[in-house]
Amino acid sequence: MELTFTARNVLIGATLLGALGGTLGSFALLRRQSLLGDALAHAALPGVCIAYLITGTKSPLPLFAGALAAGLLGSLLILATVRWSRIKEDSAIGIVLSVFFGIGIVLLTYIQKLPAGNQSGLDKFLFGQAATLVVADLQVMAVLGAIVIAFVVAFYKEFKLLAFDREFGSSLGLPMRKLEVLLTLLLVVVVVVGLQTVGVVLIVAALITPAAAARQWTDRLGAMLLLSAGIGAAAGAAGSLVSASMAKLPTGPVIVLVSSSVLIVSLLLAPRRGILWARLRERQVAERIQRENLLKDLYLLGERRADWDTALTWPHLMGLRGQTGRELARNARPLVAAGLAERDGDALRLTEDGRKEAEQVVRKHRIWEVYLSRRLELPSDHVHRDAEAMEHALTEAAVTELEEALGFPAVDPHGSPIPARRASGGGNR
Amino acid sequence: MNVPAIEVHDLTVAYRTQPVLWDVDLALPEGKLIAIVGPNGAGKSTLLKAILGLVPTVTGWVQIFGEPYERRRSWVGYVPQRESVDWDFPTSALDVVTMGLYGRIGWLRRPAKHHRETALACLEKVGMHDLAHRQISQLSGGQQQRVFLARALAQDARLYLMDEPFAGVDATTERAILTLLKELRDSGRTVVAVHHDLQTVAEYFDHVVLLNMRLVAAGPIATTFNADALQRTYGGKLTVLTQATEALLQNRSVE
Amino acid sequence: MSPTLVILLVASCVAASCALIGTFLVLRKMALLGDAISHAVLPGIVIAFLVTGSRSALPMVLGAGALGVLTVLLVELFTRSRRLREDASIGVVFPALFSLGVILISRYAAQVDLDLDCVLYGEIAYAPWDVLLIGGADLGPKALWVNGAVLLLDLLFVLIFFKELKLSTFDAGLSAALGFSPVVIHYLLMSAVSVTVVGAFESVGAILVVAMLVVPPATAYLLTDRLGVMLGVAVGTGIASALLGYGMARALDVSIAGAMATVAGLLFLAALLLSPSHGLLARLLQLRKMGRRLSGQLLLLHLRKEGEVVPTAMLERRFGWSARRLQTVLSGLLRTGLVEREGGGLRLTPKGSEVLETTGRAQLAHKL
Repeated sequence: MELTFTARNVLIGATLLGALGGTLGSFALLRRQSLLGDALAHAALPGVCIAYLITGTKSPLPLFAGALAAGLLGSLLILATVRWSRIKEDSAIGIVLSVFFGIGIVLLTYIQKLPAGNQSGLDKFLFGQAATLVVADLQVMAVLGAIVIAFVVAFYKEFKLLAFDREFGSSLGLPMRKLEVLLTLLLVVVVVVGLQTVGVVLIVAALITPAAAARQWTDRLGAMLLLSAGIGAAAGAAGSLVSASMAKLPTGPVIVLVSSSVLIVSLLLAPRRGILWARLRERQVAERIQRENLLKDLYLLGERRADWDTALTWPHLMGLRGQTGRELARNARPLVAAGLAERDGDALRLTEDGRKEAEQVVRKHRIWEVYLSRRLELPSDHVHRDAEAMEHALTEAAVTELEEALGFPAVDPHGSPIPARRASGGGNR
Repeated sequence: MNVPAIEVHDLTVAYRTQPVLWDVDLALPEGKLIAIVGPNGAGKSTLLKAILGLVPTVTGWVQIFGEPYERRRSWVGYVPQRESVDWDFPTSALDVVTMGLYGRIGWLRRPAKHHRETALACLEKVGMHDLAHRQISQLSGGQQQRVFLARALAQDARLYLMDEPFAGVDATTERAILTLLKELRDSGRTVVAVHHDLQTVAEYFDHVVLLNMRLVAAGPIATTFNADALQRTYGGKLTVLTQATEALLQNRSVE
Repeated sequence: MSPTLVILLVASCVAASCALIGTFLVLRKMALLGDAISHAVLPGIVIAFLVTGSRSALPMVLGAGALGVLTVLLVELFTRSRRLREDASIGVVFPALFSLGVILISRYAAQVDLDLDCVLYGEIAYAPWDVLLIGGADLGPKALWVNGAVLLLDLLFVLIFFKELKLSTFDAGLSAALGFSPVVIHYLLMSAVSVTVVGAFESVGAILVVAMLVVPPATAYLLTDRLGVMLGVAVGTGIASALLGYGMARALDVSIAGAMATVAGLLFLAALLLSPSHGLLARLLQLRKMGRRLSGQLLLLHLRKEGEVVPTAMLERRFGWSARRLQTVLSGLLRTGLVEREGGGLRLTPKGSEVLETTGRAQLAHKL
């Protein structure tokens, strides 16, 4: 793909930022300081303006330095305010964020009035005009980025301890407060590096969104950091390419939408944590329970009538648990497919295998009832409901242990016989 | 003469303008299981943290085996309260235990294989070997407590300070923890634990410290843990408990 | 009406309505949700503009209101899934929505005056000239109407729901138990935030709305312990920030909105340092007094423990105090007759011993 010089710069800058943001953002996320980056970004504005006023140039280094100093000052003020007054952390962040930014706007408009003051360069620094990235900016970004990564690697285990159990770290004699200042400083650096690419408002997304996405895929911090950096970089690259290829699509917002999409996909589909999988698992369990209930119902009816051959009519079965015809059909189908039941016209009947399978469910139910009534001394009319739930949750091993502990009871509290354990082992799971 | 494991003099800790610990003088012997008991807000956790230098003190000083804490750091292991940590953190049980070794591993170095092996051994000692690689959010309360204990064991300390190690654990874990603590004591180490359950103090521990912002009493269970001292600690709101405790003490002496 | 007066009135309306609503945000620890809403309403405003083709106030307010509620819903959705904490949910939701807004503007509304700078820091100076025309009649500055209406709405909201807001802020459980669903109140409040925010947008822009929402109420929080008073002080501080900010902006010829935020910040700083009840200075003095009293008590205790005359030098060494510090502590004790000098040292007097007894018991009783 043919990239203009500018577009190439944007690509590099966005990718760099993405990687850095993801890394530091992971720590911010885990330390529950996601919005600190937002405050630091806003706080940088007056720093940039003052740097400009002092040096009179718009070269990246002094501006970076100014932003850094202001960001650090802002974070220290937040810490101090929370520590020394009754103001809570969220308010402190909001105050620093808005007041610093207000001061910055005042300075900006003041600069505007100066004879030489073409501040348009300055506010682009803040509002994410990625197209204004020049090679000098990229060089500064790369160097700072390398330094940040070096620190993260060097102090990885100490930062991990800081995020997880700061007090324990103190008890080990580690200088946790200094480490916290260092980590915050690294965060400020990344924020400042990212301002030009995505702007003040969106920088927090460059930090948090990739980190949140990465968290869904892994349970190990190291993997999370790498994945977060990767997602951030990929979103940065993709975002800048898309933005370059279509007109009137500013880079920052596109990057944010890309990483937000990755986040949503991660939330839904990540193995184990993914919401869709969780729902699926829940549904599978619910369906299993429905099927076992149907088996059991067929068994109980057969047991009561002492008749296993007469099939039970559809309406009859529907009435037992108040199910619709469709629900019943849905539960019956897998039973029939597995050979546990067979259809006989408009009715259902248990097969030999089905009877054995159902027996095991009934066994669990009745043993649990015995346990409840004997050990917990619940009256016999109270035990049924609990057993209805437990029969699906108990494993075969648990039931066998219970049976032994109860001395191999023969009947349940209602006098019904308790079926024996299936010889071949492995009843319902 | 035996150097006491912990010596505390004139310790006063204040939070903003309220005193939390006031003029505490203590000498705790080595090689014993020592309980710290007292009502809520009595400063029990604060006492532990003050000994560890985690909170600023208004006055007073602490010595561990005759030296200030900074010089004896490697001799002390800390087990904080379980609630002090976010258990949803992406890390495994083994990883948490390895953190106990960070002081030994030092700056800029990665945990080496033998560090991991030490950590694994500690997990084994608390019966958590199989769950070493389990994400900590998937552990039960009792298992999490055991991980914290294993982390302290990894520090291989002479003195252990524990904040409510028995809080919120199931009966089996409680027994396991007690067995472990007794093993530590029998091997000559000292364990000081903030304990919340008066019913079990006499049964589990050798010494007791009764605290209610000021030191009420401290000494061996037999001589110190009695109704009068409890009354003074809990301020007379204890009638049911004192009766139960009396009964408990009776039983113990009958044994 | 002179332009200056218009600007001052508009600014005061904005400040007052933000202060009223912001007080509850601060107390509920939702300051950052206010920040999020103030950014996230952007797509709502843009969509309203694109749909109606005009910049009239009502559709924009509705659009913003809808987005405000959507923001809160989304944040809650993420948080409730338990895969994200609340602060992270806020941090991913509002930038995404804001990005959407920016992209919509860039692609479909770039030529209109709905530009980004204005959104971010507003331009109140145009308020006097942007008049409301209904049927050709000049009814006065639009901003005044809009912000005046918003102020009225917020005032009514706070007055009508005062006790529900108070209760659900301090004890959501009790509120629910008494039948005042905290959830309903929560969403009502968030809607009020959205409406207030969009009203203020045109005047001070997104980021400075946050200043008006959070800073005056935080200032009030440092000055009083009663909710009604806090609301009043917040409104007062907000209006003061607006008026003084305007003055500053005119004097230095800088951004009015920025100046307002700056003044609000200065007022907050003043309260932080000087508040007689919660300020740093007050605390320092209190700590020193407390420290002195504590030191005095410790000295008495020590004297009692030793039992006899204790040389002064030993006391200094014991507590690690300088001679001067010891002197300060001692002077009070000597003066009140709790301690007396004896042959180069100090001893506890009977009166001192008695005081120690009562203090000890009192402190213990206080604890229980």
